[in-house]
Amino acid sequence: MTLVAEKPATKSAGTKPSAKRDINAFTGLAHIALIAWALVTAGPLIWVVLASFKNNTEIFLGKPFALPSSFSLQTYFDAWTEAHIGRYFLNSVIVVLVSTAGTMLFGSMAAYVLARYKFPGNRFIYYLFVSGLAFPTFMALAPLFYILKNMGLLGSYTGLVLVYIAYSLPFTVFFLAAFFKSLPYEIEEAATVDGASHTRKFFQIMMPMARSGLVSITIFNIVGQWNQYLLPVVVMTGPGAESKYLLTQGIANISTSAGYHAQWSTLFAALTLSILPMIVVYAIFQRQIQAGLTAGAVK
Amino acid sequence: MRHGKYPFIIGFLVVPVALYATFVVAAYLQTFQLSLTSWSGLGKIDYIGFDNFVKLWHDDVFWKSIKHNLFLLILLPIITIVIALVFAFLLNVGGGHKGGQTRGVWGSKVYRIIFFFPQLLALAIVAVIFGRVFGPDKSGMLNGLFPASWKPWLFLADERYAMACILIVLIWQAVGFYVVLFSAGMGSISTDIYEAAALDGATRITLFFRITVPLLWSTIQVAWVYLGIAAFDAFALVNIMTVDRGGPNGASSVLSLMIYRNAFDFSQAGYACALGVVLFFLTLTFAALTLRVTRRESVEA
Repeated sequence: MTLVAEKPATKSAGTKPSAKRDINAFTGLAHIALIAWALVTAGPLIWVVLASFKNNTEIFLGKPFALPSSFSLQTYFDAWTEAHIGRYFLNSVIVVLVSTAGTMLFGSMAAYVLARYKFPGNRFIYYLFVSGLAFPTFMALAPLFYILKNMGLLGSYTGLVLVYIAYSLPFTVFFLAAFFKSLPYEIEEAATVDGASHTRKFFQIMMPMARSGLVSITIFNIVGQWNQYLLPVVVMTGPGAESKYLLTQGIANISTSAGYHAQWSTLFAALTLSILPMIVVYAIFQRQIQAGLTAGAVK
Repeated sequence: MRHGKYPFIIGFLVVPVALYATFVVAAYLQTFQLSLTSWSGLGKIDYIGFDNFVKLWHDDVFWKSIKHNLFLLILLPIITIVIALVFAFLLNVGGGHKGGQTRGVWGSKVYRIIFFFPQLLALAIVAVIFGRVFGPDKSGMLNGLFPASWKPWLFLADERYAMACILIVLIWQAVGFYVVLFSAGMGSISTDIYEAAALDGATRITLFFRITVPLLWSTIQVAWVYLGIAAFDAFALVNIMTVDRGGPNGASSVLSLMIYRNAFDFSQAGYACALGVVLFFLTLTFAALTLRVTRRESVEA
């Protein structure tokens, strides 16, 4: 950047050749910087995939980006069955499916009522939800643990799903309330005249109109809940919890035990298995995902 | 409104409010209450006034953790925002103006897709990956890349560099997200402004500092707050990636890890709650300060 700054400023049409060279130099530098960062971003991920095919000797040889001597899917087989990646993966899918569906249903119901109906206590409930955005989750870890324990929900999917929903509500309600407020009132009034009930208006008129907002926030919640680590670690404890571990928890667990048993390639295969689906999903829904994740910040 | 409004409102609110009150509001309120007790997590709850806060005032690990959180709090936003702004600028305006259009460099879409990807990975998985990238022998990616004659670097196992490693991982993951966020902001800046400035002979450096940054100020502010909040977390990284969870010798301990370990490993629920209260006020102070310090006359695009 500074290199370019020292060159004479680009002038208008008269000095075209020098201006052109200036632009080329700048663009060249820009590409070098961008390619460098792309390598820094992709490098560790490529390295993980390569290492998943290597045996321990090859891994300890150095040369991290050398191709493996042979390609065998044995490590993946081990990771899927012996290291239980398959089970952890399925656990994560089930929990996230149910909890995101729950978050969206309850979040949009609350947001809709708070955004479009006047009643005493409306503002109080709204600010109660929104204030949840100001509190860091791990501040309340110990009480949360004992609340779940007293309800007998520790180590259960039910408990985890309920906690996921509860902790996703502040942002979901905050975002969707603003969205529902921005929708026009005319169609709703016409439906009222036609005798539609409140519930019917919500499901058949408002939800379809709010589609773009709902899609963004659904993606936001799926990614957020899929990547949770703190809450599963707190909730999924107790006897027999290990078989109910989620992917993040499971991988962290494998990484600890891989150190003891020196099964590095299994760990790398497990990592690859957990990254690959993300790449596939990202490749398909790239635009929606970027929009969904940045939606909160743009507002 | 027609009849049946209140049953409808109550019907729609009862489940979300009940869930939220039970697992979130109650938990936060109890944090404040339990911070005044010596509760271990089991048995009787004894109120001990502000003893927990006196104790943490004299706790070395606490001050170390605060220091590490501040290290992240200052460096993570600054470095991430600067890198992301520069890349976003290159991707959106860097290509100069051809045919009356200001545009990004060639291939900017591909760069954006690659940069953003780490954001999709769970911090826990990123932590496991980088635990190996920073491996202290030849099996680590970085040590493997170093010339064979070098003695392996210890990275996370070295007290001096453990926090720097954590900072690097956080930046690695965050940059792409903010590139996309700033790109969205830059997209809403009218190209007329750039063209007018370019006609006046402004270089791209001038464009960056005199047009892009001021017009993006509110987005930068939001980024600052988000990154600051991330700097107060870092739990997954420290818990999974570091030596001895927060080590070596407390060199990478952060507040979130202290809360977790006191609550679940050391059976000091009361003390963990006191730390939680401190964390709450720190976060709040940070957010208020950021908004105050960075307040500027907003420029309408």
